[in-house]
Amino acid sequence: MSSDDQGILWEVFIQVKAGRAYKHVGSLHAYDKEMAMKSARDLYTRRNEGNGIWIVKSEDIVSSEAIDGEAFFDPSNDKVYRHPTFYKIPDGVKHI
Amino acid sequence: MENERKLEEFQQKIDANIKIEPKDWMPEKYRQTLIRQISQHAHSEIIGMQPEGNWLTRAPSLRAKKILMAKIQDEAGHGLYLYCAAETLGVKREQFLQWLHEGKAKYSSVFNYPTLTWADMGAVGWLVDGAAIVNQVSLQGTSYGPYSRAMVKICMEESFHQRQGFEIMVQLAKGTEEQKQMAQDALNRWWWPSIMMFGPHDSESAHSNQSLKWKIKRESNDELRQRYINKTIEQGQHLGLTFPDPNLKFNEETKNYDYSPIDWDEFWNVVKGNGPGNKLRINHHIKAHEDGKWVREAAKAYSKKINLSKKIA
Repeated sequence: MSSDDQGILWEVFIQVKAGRAYKHVGSLHAYDKEMAMKSARDLYTRRNEGNGIWIVKSEDIVSSEAIDGEAFFDPSNDKVYRHPTFYKIPDGVKHI
Repeated sequence: MENERKLEEFQQKIDANIKIEPKDWMPEKYRQTLIRQISQHAHSEIIGMQPEGNWLTRAPSLRAKKILMAKIQDEAGHGLYLYCAAETLGVKREQFLQWLHEGKAKYSSVFNYPTLTWADMGAVGWLVDGAAIVNQVSLQGTSYGPYSRAMVKICMEESFHQRQGFEIMVQLAKGTEEQKQMAQDALNRWWWPSIMMFGPHDSESAHSNQSLKWKIKRESNDELRQRYINKTIEQGQHLGLTFPDPNLKFNEETKNYDYSPIDWDEFWNVVKGNGPGNKLRINHHIKAHEDGKWVREAAKAYSKKINLSKKIA
């Protein structure tokens, strides 16, 4: 493989409108933050898709997928009382 | 034994339409098929910029030039979305480029045909992008998450490509006799290559069955091709041009348009690298890549410098 590379891999998150959560849209290659930000703008917001952009180095993302898959979420499986449907409310009680 | 169980669970997920994500277990052949297909798709977007770039400086108006520039920029973007999706399978970007330059990776053969007149910008947008859209709409439902998400984004952007192409065809078809002739000539040259974009017939397609079972592809080559033909012929009737196939006929029984047999010798000849533009396209890509080397080096040196100055301060 040739010695020249394509730079660091970054993940891009876009906020569609003020007040909304930032959402992952994809990734890109760039050599530094400034270049990554400009490339993210050109690559992911050519049609006003974004109000804000976050970029993070891919290697800095910690993912649960890499830990131990489904077993990782076991603690939430047996706590049905965390859901509103667990509770019995007499008929006729409203707005609850 | 362990692998058999995993394979069974994998197929169950696929059957239940649960998307596969990069770190999920997947059969090696699933991974390899995706690496081949997604990178081929990415290369097609990037190489596809060349036949259109050919007309950028000769666009007939400033409006046409701005549109063409925006379209080419979109193609670059689509290539990048797809390279990113392909990279999640564990192959680096540099490797994909190397495979392309060495001729180990393919791209859509349709881009090996030359764009001879301005009408070709119309025919490429209408027919080549039109065929690509039929394929890509179907691929939005592919089982691999990153590929599916890239397809959704591409489809949202791509419909302007086909419409701008059709607009060029309308302008020429309603223009002077010479312009109409130019549009007809472009349709004559691009119709068959666009039909061949869907690949070999189902009975001849090497990878089809397994890909359908794993939902990498959602519909077969022939199904997609037929859908493209049906809708394109109806669009073409508004242009007053003639499709270069005397056997195109609506079949009342199947509700599809029948068409002549495809010249597969021509198709395989172009796939194998003997098309009019194969060498030109790859050589140009290699040259652009090498010419850009100093830019990558400078950007890298600059990033080192700013990191260093931060440490000192």
